[in-house]
Amino acid sequence: MVMETETRPVGLPRLNEPAPDFEAVTTQGTLTLADFHGRWLILFSHPADFTPVCTTEFMAFAEIYPDLQARGVDLLGLSIDSVFSHIAWVRNIEEKTGVHIPFPIIADLNKEVASAYGMLMPGESKTETSRCVFFIDPKGTLRAMIYYPLSLGRNMAEILRVIDALQTADAHGVATPANWTPGAKVIVPAPNTQELAEERVKAGYECVDWYLCKKDI
Amino acid sequence: MACVNPDGTVSASAKAILAALDRASAPEDVAAAANLPLFRVRSAMRELVAAGLVVATDSGHALTPEGRRRL
Repeated sequence: MVMETETRPVGLPRLNEPAPDFEAVTTQGTLTLADFHGRWLILFSHPADFTPVCTTEFMAFAEIYPDLQARGVDLLGLSIDSVFSHIAWVRNIEEKTGVHIPFPIIADLNKEVASAYGMLMPGESKTETSRCVFFIDPKGTLRAMIYYPLSLGRNMAEILRVIDALQTADAHGVATPANWTPGAKVIVPAPNTQELAEERVKAGYECVDWYLCKKDI
Repeated sequence: MACVNPDGTVSASAKAILAALDRASAPEDVAAAANLPLFRVRSAMRELVAAGLVVATDSGHALTPEGRRRL
């Protein structure tokens, strides 16, 4: 027996594929994905305006905004609220805490962007977006995703670490090991032929074995 | 509309973009001159073109006579 359901199917974007295009009303005018071309973009969703965890997150995102700008990264928020709600909320945050929210926020009332990016998790909430983060590179390719539940505020140090790791990997053709932070050794990609494996162990890298070699950059 | 209000007046950021267009045409140069993010300039150009204040050129954008009048 086939069960009918009214739940909208959840589609997730895929890594290393073009990020879903959008044109959306934001607190800083109508923006498209192409408007961010040539710079990194962190697109993130929050469940709702005027809620406690989201407010702490917005203050935290505002705090790292200069660090992101220094890395060539733009920031774009999203929730299923109206632009008037967004404006009232960011003004309230500034009035009550003194923290200015410098980045735009998408008013995704029709859930178009949220659906395209798989931000809706019906098992968690049918009316709110989960705490999602999408790292989109200057060519518009989706490079990393983080999904957090409604109850868990995000870690800004991890968001900066992901950007640093992606930019380091692109700049040097390397990978980054567990718990990597800027300044730590990086991983030399594993050789894929026997000849390269033999050359690798003689190349002067710090190697545990031929497939696990690190170097400074 | 972030740039042009319903009464036809332009926002402060739009004025900054129009002023920057008086001496630059590429979006990157306009963004630097207006001290605005590049995405804001790209978005604003769509509105300013629709409002007849700016036209697209080979190198970027330029003021129309009406856009120049609003400086």
